[in-house]
Amino acid sequence: MEARSVGDQALLLECAGPDEVRAAYAEARRRQQSGELSCTDIIPAAATLLLDGLRDLESVRSGLGDWPVELPDDVEDRLVELAVTYDGPDLESVARHCGMDVDEVVERHRGTELLVAFCGFAPGFAYLSGLPKELHVPRLEKPRSKVPAGSVGLAGTFTGVYPRSSPGGWQLIARTDERLWDAERDPPALLTPGTRVRFVDSDG
Amino acid sequence: MAERELEIRHAGPQVTVQDLGRPGQAHLGVPRSGALDDPAHRLANRLVGNDESAATLECLDGQLAFRTRGAVTLAVAGARVPVTVAGRGREWGNAVSVHAGSVVELGAATQGLRAYLAVSGGIEVQPVLGSRSTDLLSGLGPDRVRDGDVLPVGPPGPAPVPVDAIRTARHSRELRLRLGPRDDWFDEASVEALDGAAYTVGNDSNRIGLRLEGEPIRWRGADELPSEGMVLGAVQVPRNGQPVVFLNDHPTTGGYPVIAVVVREDLAVCAQLRPGEEVTLRVV
Repeated sequence: MEARSVGDQALLLECAGPDEVRAAYAEARRRQQSGELSCTDIIPAAATLLLDGLRDLESVRSGLGDWPVELPDDVEDRLVELAVTYDGPDLESVARHCGMDVDEVVERHRGTELLVAFCGFAPGFAYLSGLPKELHVPRLEKPRSKVPAGSVGLAGTFTGVYPRSSPGGWQLIARTDERLWDAERDPPALLTPGTRVRFVDSDG
Repeated sequence: MAERELEIRHAGPQVTVQDLGRPGQAHLGVPRSGALDDPAHRLANRLVGNDESAATLECLDGQLAFRTRGAVTLAVAGARVPVTVAGRGREWGNAVSVHAGSVVELGAATQGLRAYLAVSGGIEVQPVLGSRSTDLLSGLGPDRVRDGDVLPVGPPGPAPVPVDAIRTARHSRELRLRLGPRDDWFDEASVEALDGAAYTVGNDSNRIGLRLEGEPIRWRGADELPSEGMVLGAVQVPRNGQPVVFLNDHPTTGGYPVIAVVVREDLAVCAQLRPGEEVTLRVV
């Protein structure tokens, strides 16, 4: 794992792919909880892991060789099923783009077990990986200025749910009434890095 | 004992409640938020005998008027603003005793951009995710302070330590940068030109970022960067080459390359730069 310094207090670990990000994230959390690693934030992303608020950047960097590259056996394993209605405004154009009919898009989306690769963009917004290649679509050319809360979208290799109303460029295929984010709830985010997710058609 | 409160009569362009923020939850997409000028926020609190974690009012370009319900001690630090209590000019940068029922006015900033008002006991609005900070990107925390709001104030702590003189903050027009992590995304000439480059602070600068206008910083290629974690002070450069310095309400991940990071000590400089002012970048 290559590491790049980010200012004086952070390291950006470059991972070979999402699996390595997942393993590095689990290891960083383990070390943070045990007190071996002193840092403020551990931020997984598409192909990197950021360690922020490091007290001793150089000693963390020099110790990275000891980090395992595989997921531990006891990694937290949680499955969330999200009931959705497949009636998004872009569903038909997504089907056309992918060369399928709407039913096939729905089948493939709900038929896949997905994984929260990372969160970003907004509190509780989870980037879900594992989408079949046939459902990879580009972002909208012109983002919407307002996407309703609970909208389920597709962009590139990811699918995700907007936790609250916001501008958005993802192609919308469904919606859910589940509360992805609630600041008063413990925990506030329904989907966190490493959570497995399955969409369930509330009509089917 | 009667409740202590501040009855807001006039809130200027942007008054928000801020404390030390809510770091530690970036993996959920939660920005750290908190006072942009951290040393000024902490100083204002110490001057009135508060813990540094107490909430203050961050006033963009000053401009705040309120009436006290109950006696308070207050102090203003950060941007220099005229401070008036019951019609009388009082000291900026020092503890000021205020009787119950007095009208306090902060005028427009004469130097700097963000003034921090601390009152003994702190602003005691309901915390969200462990902080009373208003996050203008995600909407977490209390709403912006508006005319007519009544803000609760906590019970006063022990008497503040008297201060003989306050060292005025360095009014720097330089930002020191550490190169990386993605300086290799930019063409060599652009990276070399960074040290000593002058930029103008854009009007659309805000708590999310200081937008700098000037010589474009050019990407080396056309590839897109997959989203990655972002830090406070990151100098992110979108395709148009105009850099943005990430401040406290910045998003936790981003897809544009970061050429350098502003050193921690110079984040307070970012908090006090006014739109239209010029700043010089220094690579250290």
